[in-house]
Amino acid sequence: MDNAAIVGVAQTKYERRKKDQIFADLVFDVTRAALDDAGLGIDDIDSVVTVSNDFFDGRTISGMAVGDACGGQDKNISTVSGDGTFGAFYGLMRVLSGYKATIVVAHCKGSEGSLPLATNGMFDPIFQRHLGIDAISSAAIQANVYLTRYGIREEDIAQVSVKNHGNARRNPFAQLPMEITVADVMKSRKIAEPLKLLDCCPISDGAAAIIIAGEEVVARCKTKPAWIKGVAHCSEDYLLGDRDLANPVALRDAARRAYKMAGIRNPLAEIDVAEVLEPFSYMEPLWLEGLDICEPGKGFRMIDEGVTVMGGKLPVNPSGGALSANPVLVAGLARLIEASLQVRGDAGARQIKGAGTALAHGFNGPCGQSHCVWIVGGNR
Amino acid sequence: MTEWLKDVEPLTLKGQIAVPYTWWAGETGSRFLVSIRDKRKILGTKCKECGKVFVPPRKNCGRCFTNMEEWVEIADEGVIKAHTIVHYAHPLQPVGPPFAYALIRLDGADVDFLHLIKKDLDKIRNGLRVKAIFSEQRTGHILDIDSFELI
Repeated sequence: MDNAAIVGVAQTKYERRKKDQIFADLVFDVTRAALDDAGLGIDDIDSVVTVSNDFFDGRTISGMAVGDACGGQDKNISTVSGDGTFGAFYGLMRVLSGYKATIVVAHCKGSEGSLPLATNGMFDPIFQRHLGIDAISSAAIQANVYLTRYGIREEDIAQVSVKNHGNARRNPFAQLPMEITVADVMKSRKIAEPLKLLDCCPISDGAAAIIIAGEEVVARCKTKPAWIKGVAHCSEDYLLGDRDLANPVALRDAARRAYKMAGIRNPLAEIDVAEVLEPFSYMEPLWLEGLDICEPGKGFRMIDEGVTVMGGKLPVNPSGGALSANPVLVAGLARLIEASLQVRGDAGARQIKGAGTALAHGFNGPCGQSHCVWIVGGNR
Repeated sequence: MTEWLKDVEPLTLKGQIAVPYTWWAGETGSRFLVSIRDKRKILGTKCKECGKVFVPPRKNCGRCFTNMEEWVEIADEGVIKAHTIVHYAHPLQPVGPPFAYALIRLDGADVDFLHLIKKDLDKIRNGLRVKAIFSEQRTGHILDIDSFELI
């Protein structure tokens, strides 16, 4: 496809606790900044998608609370309660169905509620919720399946944390830029085996926004567009016990359809940079396998082989990824923003030289139940 | 941050959101829970199209998009397919850490069943067999199975 583009992006700095700004303040700031980035005014926007979750926000219809802050009055505003990449997908559909420009805003303050309690709410209330399972413990089960199936060592996945926290040092929006070693990860506090503290994302506050526009508006924008080349999402079974947790089939399906739409035959050769949603270290290599960037069971070798590091054949998460800041739901939109900045050439110190094609990925649900894959390009 | 905010502690307002909710376990869930409560028997449902046996039971096979009407008794023993030993606490966990979650392939089922392991944490490995320990006081709740233990 070649008739819609991301023309404006903005993120807050991600922090452990934003005491001076409420949700609406965060959303107003990123809305203004995304409009400024695009060179558009609020009147140029005729469709609004907000991304938020009622459990995380501690209120119902949480999207309505930020409608004023993103210029939603008198406009068609709707909310996606899921990862920001899915909100962007909805925003794109609106543009493809005739709206001129959609702004997609996402916000979350992990600091204000309780993530274990909120993420326990993902699970079936009859059979599973009373066991106390949550996002971290379910991820740890997935890590256990993945590591044992392929004989992956905990040190191998610790490398992802080292790489991504290191990359975050070049990203002014990241929450946890850190120079750490595999030994630091290994000796960090056990959370849920095999995951240790430094295998896990931090709790984060933040917001992000993108503007998706059709051709007519793209032509008026001041910023180089990130053309949307391909996008797809796919979901698999709800209950963890029904799934093969070490084989992300929904991701593979979404990736193949996004590649087909974008005309990509060999993703490793044709994609210049990837931003994948990895709130836990083991997820990055597992998702790379689902993205057909490497064979199943080989994802953990990509750092040692120098493929996914800065300067490698396919750098992954130059921003530092979700390990370095994970405002839930916002984090997927941040991946799409980073991919867009890369193909624009506007990624600052984390820029991959000459990046023409970038991949962004997000997921919803425990252990990546559903995935959304985006391919953006600098040229139409 | 706005200048004047540097001199004051921003205010917070505490809420206590405890929204009461009562979930009906439904026809299928009720039969499963009542069987555990009254007979200490774990039941699953079987799809007539793909032949898969699901536990916990459900009314529809998501893959075949069919109704499942056949009930099957499943063993209270099985094999650990995946596990994690949890070292952090939160108020919704039914037991204090350390404890384990395991995905258990009960004999006779074709999917894995999520539950707790509380003992012998240092001995847990995928592939080991475990057996359900039923609670003495059973109320028609998933925790009528207290946990699983290594055999």
